[in-house]
Order: sequence, then C-alpha cells, then structure tokens
Amino acid sequence: MSIPKIPLGDWVDTFVDLLQDKLEPFFDLITDGIGGFVEFIVWILSSIPPALLIIIFAAITLWVSKWTNALFTAIGLLLIYNLGYWDGTIDTLALVLTSVVISIIIGVPIGIWISQNDTAKNIMTPILDFMQTMPAFVYLIPAILFFGIGMVPGIIASVIFAMPPTIRLTNLGIRQVPEDLIEAANAFGSTTNQKLLKVQLPLATPTIMAGVNQSVMLSLSMVVMAALVGAPGLGADVYRAVTQIKVGVGFEAGLAIVILAIVLDRFSQNIGMKKRK
Amino acid sequence: MSDAKIEVRNVTKVFGKAPQHGVKLLNEGMTKKQILEKTGMTVGVNKASFEVKAGEIFVIMGLSGSGKSTLVRMFNRLIDPTDGQVLIDGQDIVKMKPNELREVRRSKISMVFQRFALFPHRTVLSNTEYGLEVKGADKKKQREKAIESLKLVGLEGYENSYPSELSGGMQQRVGLARALANDPDVLLMDEAFSALDPLIRKDMQNELLELQEKMEKTIIFITHDLDEALRIGDRIALMKDGSIVQVGTPEEILMNPANDYVERFVEDVDLSKVLTAAHVMKRPEVIHSDRGVRVALQIMKDAKISSLYVVDKKQVLVGAITAEDASDALKSGKTIKDIMVHDIQTVTPDTLIADMFEQVATASLPIAVVDEQNRLKGIVVRGAVLAALAGDDIQLNGNEVK
Repeated sequence: MSIPKIPLGDWVDTFVDLLQDKLEPFFDLITDGIGGFVEFIVWILSSIPPALLIIIFAAITLWVSKWTNALFTAIGLLLIYNLGYWDGTIDTLALVLTSVVISIIIGVPIGIWISQNDTAKNIMTPILDFMQTMPAFVYLIPAILFFGIGMVPGIIASVIFAMPPTIRLTNLGIRQVPEDLIEAANAFGSTTNQKLLKVQLPLATPTIMAGVNQSVMLSLSMVVMAALVGAPGLGADVYRAVTQIKVGVGFEAGLAIVILAIVLDRFSQNIGMKKRK
Repeated sequence: MSDAKIEVRNVTKVFGKAPQHGVKLLNEGMTKKQILEKTGMTVGVNKASFEVKAGEIFVIMGLSGSGKSTLVRMFNRLIDPTDGQVLIDGQDIVKMKPNELREVRRSKISMVFQRFALFPHRTVLSNTEYGLEVKGADKKKQREKAIESLKLVGLEGYENSYPSELSGGMQQRVGLARALANDPDVLLMDEAFSALDPLIRKDMQNELLELQEKMEKTIIFITHDLDEALRIGDRIALMKDGSIVQVGTPEEILMNPANDYVERFVEDVDLSKVLTAAHVMKRPEVIHSDRGVRVALQIMKDAKISSLYVVDKKQVLVGAITAEDASDALKSGKTIKDIMVHDIQTVTPDTLIADMFEQVATASLPIAVVDEQNRLKGIVVRGAVLAALAGDDIQLNGNEVK
C-alpha cells in the first residue's frame, strides 16, 4: 500500500505532552485530592482493629441483606486475615471505594444530563463505548504521565473503566420511568427539577444502584492492573506472585480478591433494594 | 355562549415531520387518509371545535385511535396543539408560556389517568399531596387538604398504604383524590374507569355523579364505552378519525344521529335504559271529578279511548274510570266518584323505560305519569313504549308533552 501511515500515535503523544505542559497544576491538585482521600480511608480502616472491622462489615451486610450473606462476609474476611492479606485488602478496598465514589460523583450527574437531552446522549454513547472497550491497560500510560505512580493513577484508570455502567444505568433508569407517571407529574405542574427529584430519581434508584454495583465490580477487576503502576494492595500481591512464579501466593491473593468481590457485590446489590422498602 | 368554561376552536394536531404543512393540507380539504398516504403524517385531531359549560360532565367518546386521548391532552398541553385555540375562562392555553401553563396546571386543571399513574414510591397520602407539594403549599395545609380529599372518595384509613397494596378501584380513587386535592375547576378524566372491572366501574360512575352533585366541577370525561358516556354525560361529543362527528345530549345523539357512523354506533344501545317516561308519554285525556258521567263518556267517544283519568282542579290525579263502568253508571245514576278506580299505576317523568316494563305489561289502564305533587303530566300506553324501543323518533317527537 502506498498510502502513508496516519501518524495517529504521534498526534496522541503531542496532545498528551501539551496537556501535561499546560495543565500540570491542575493534575497536581487532583493527585493531591484523590491521594488525600485514599489515605484518609486507609487510615480509618487500619485504625479500627481487624476483629471489630469484620464485625462491623458483617453487621452492615446483615442489615441490608440476608443473614447467610452476613455469615459469608464474616468467614471470608476472617480467612483473609488469617492468610495475612489484611493490609492489602484494606488498600484495595480504599482504591475501590475511592473509584466508586468518584464514579458516582461524576457518573450520576452525567447520566441525569443525558437522560434529559437526546443530543447529549447521542454524543456520550460512543464515548462510553470507547471507554469500556479500549483495553484498560492503555489508560495506565497517560495516567502515569499525568498523575505519577502509585495509588492515584490506578484510581484514575479504574474510574475511566468503571464509570460507564453508572452513567448508562442512571440514564436508562430515568428513561424507563413509565410515561404515564411523567405525564402525571407534568399534569400537576411540576418543574423539571421537581419531576426529577420527586418522581424520576426515586423510581430510577434500583437501576442506578445496579449501575453502581457494576462499577464496583469493574473497579475491583482493575486492581491487578493498578498494581502495574504501583498501587499497593491485593493486586500488587498477585502481580508479585506472577513475576516470581509463586503459585501459592498468587492463589491466596487471588482468593482474597474474590472474597472481597463477593462481599462488595452482595453489599452494593442489596443497598438499592433496602432503600425501596 | 357566555357560560362556556372551555372553548375549543379548530384544535388540530398533526404528528409527523412537518405538522404545519399537514394543517395547510387539511385546510385545503384533504382527508386524514390522503395526508397519511401523501406525506406519511398522522392527523391526530382534525379541527375540533366545541364548548364545555361550567359544571357539566362533557364526555368525549370514540373508538381507540379516534384521537380522543390526544384531544384531552391538548387541554392541559401534555400535547401541544399544532393549530387552534383552547380557551379556559377566556385564556388561551395554547399561547401560554411555561410558567403560566404550570400555574394553570397547578390550580385550574387536574387529570385522572386510565392506568391510574400513581407514584409507586409514595404512600396514598403522599400521592394525594403531590399537586399541593409542587405548588409549594404549606405542609400542614397540604396534609389537611389531602386527608379531606381522601375522605371525599371514601379512602379514610388507607393514608399510609402504598398504591400496590390497593385494588384497581381503590387506586383510581386515589387518582381522583389526588386530582381533587388541588381544588381545580376543571377535571380531565382520560378513560378513568376503563381499566376497572364492570361492577366496580359502575360503582365509580355512580360515585362520580354523586361527587359531582356536591362539587359542580367542569368534567371532561374520555371513554370508548357508549353505555358509560350515556350514563354520566350531560353532553357527549362523538369522535371519529380525529374529527368531532356530533355534539349533543345523550338523547339527541340517540334519537337524531348526525350521520350513518353515529347511527351505526348507537344502534345497539339499550334504549330502555336511556329513554324515560317523559320521552314516551302523551297528553292525557282527563275529566274533573265533579263533572257528570255523560261528559266523560262523550270525551272517551271523541278521543276513541276506553278509559279516562280523573283529576281535581289542581290537576292532581284522583282516580280513573273506564267506559264500561261509565255506561253502567249512566243507567244506574251513579256519579264519577262512585265508579272511580283509585288503584292506579303511576311513574315519575324520569323513570327509565327499563323500570316500567312490568307495569306496562300488566296494567289494564295506561300508566299515569305524575310529578312530585301527584299532578298528572301524561300517560304512557303500551304502543308508545314499543315504538320508542324500535327507535321510531317520529312517533316520539309527535307525542312529546311539554
């Protein structure tokens, strides 16, 4: 083929350089902010004695869900403690929680916005597809450039990868509110905000929570990748096991991630249902 | 008309890519079908014009797809008309800015929906409060109004239930209470009872009529059920293919259908449940009780009838005499008072024909129609009832007693 290669990669490099150049103070601010938040969560979680923390988690699970799930939570977390992955679990939990909080803070408003505006939805949909299908590894590269190494770039990459379900399902949940309820809200003279707050969001909550649940799972799936850019936690343990070909350690750390995943899943799945009661 | 609460003038709705063009084509005289074939646009409502008087129940009736739901939604602009005016108390709803429209929706017009459209996450009380809540009414007042409104529809004690815990009929009562809580002048009811089973539906119709006696709202009621329309409507507008075909009282529509469509529509109606004694009665031949038997016989002979009702000076019915008794009396010298029969079948003018069948069948004399003061207003003979049920309007109109 005689057509010259389009220098797409060069363009992206130039663009990233430009961003790095011009927006450095901004990125530093974000790094400090997110870093501070994560450290705060880690500090809280580690200052509570593990036994008490396990009881607290089991109690919360019992409150939002069935006693069997609470029992699993208690046994699972005890096993993690016993295997010696407690600190890693806390780091990973902090990473996941931070990603999810950021996903909700950014994702829900975007979801609401695109539910109200078809043009916005048509623009956002391919962007969301892009965010989810681009191999998550790729996000790590600019994340390192902008945010250095450690927890923060890992969180940023997780957020980019994990946020789309929250946006999508917020949009879907609001759009799925039955037409006659919207008509009723309009017929009684609701403003757009009243309609949103009193009718659409309450009815969309279970769907939005399903999106949050997916975001939790996706950001958990990013913990090993986050370890590649230096984020501590269970992902780092798995990564170390891979590089040193230690099957046993790899299995233990992997099992800890699975347990954490199930605990978080049961928890975030049921919290929406609980609210509905 | 000065007492029109709502005036609808040439209201048109065209769905499609270039609605204004559709209106132009309609004005050029094209039909709904031609426009659909030529442009792919659907004419929802085609130049509907009518007036609704304050305090009446105005029924808009038509089959599904006739545009009735679209029409009613243009009254509060859930659907924006493509053309025309909707005047409520002389204000054109169509021209209103969003905030003015919101004000009208909050205070003047409420709506009751076919599938109830209750908010599932709110309790019955909180559903009822919704309209007042968005209006920003005082919390305490909201609660009072809502409770009062629920009491009105007979739902006391269900304040804290959720809609899903109630039966269909009760859910629609909540819908009605929610609409009434705002104390609107105009109530739009879109197939409000269509989703209910027949017995409950009848109860709700009766309750609506009872409520209406007290409230005197202006009610626009949409239905596809002719029986329902005839039962509750003060006036009925019949719609077909987006156009109003006929507007009139139930009797007018039944007895003088404007065209073949209406006629076919109403031909299966059970007339006996619509027509009353007043429709079929004819002018009675009477005699005063102090007149002689000979006069009575003469009257009967002239009118070619075999019995005669006896009234006093104030037209109050006192009895009846037959020709046979009268001629006997003539020979034996008795008076009218001596031979008078006192045991007479009577009905009031608003008695339905359906409720008179047994009397008509068994009575030996024509049935007397009397008002509350027992004054004789007319008589009903068997033939007139049969003629009316056969839909013989000439017979009817000829004998109408004013």
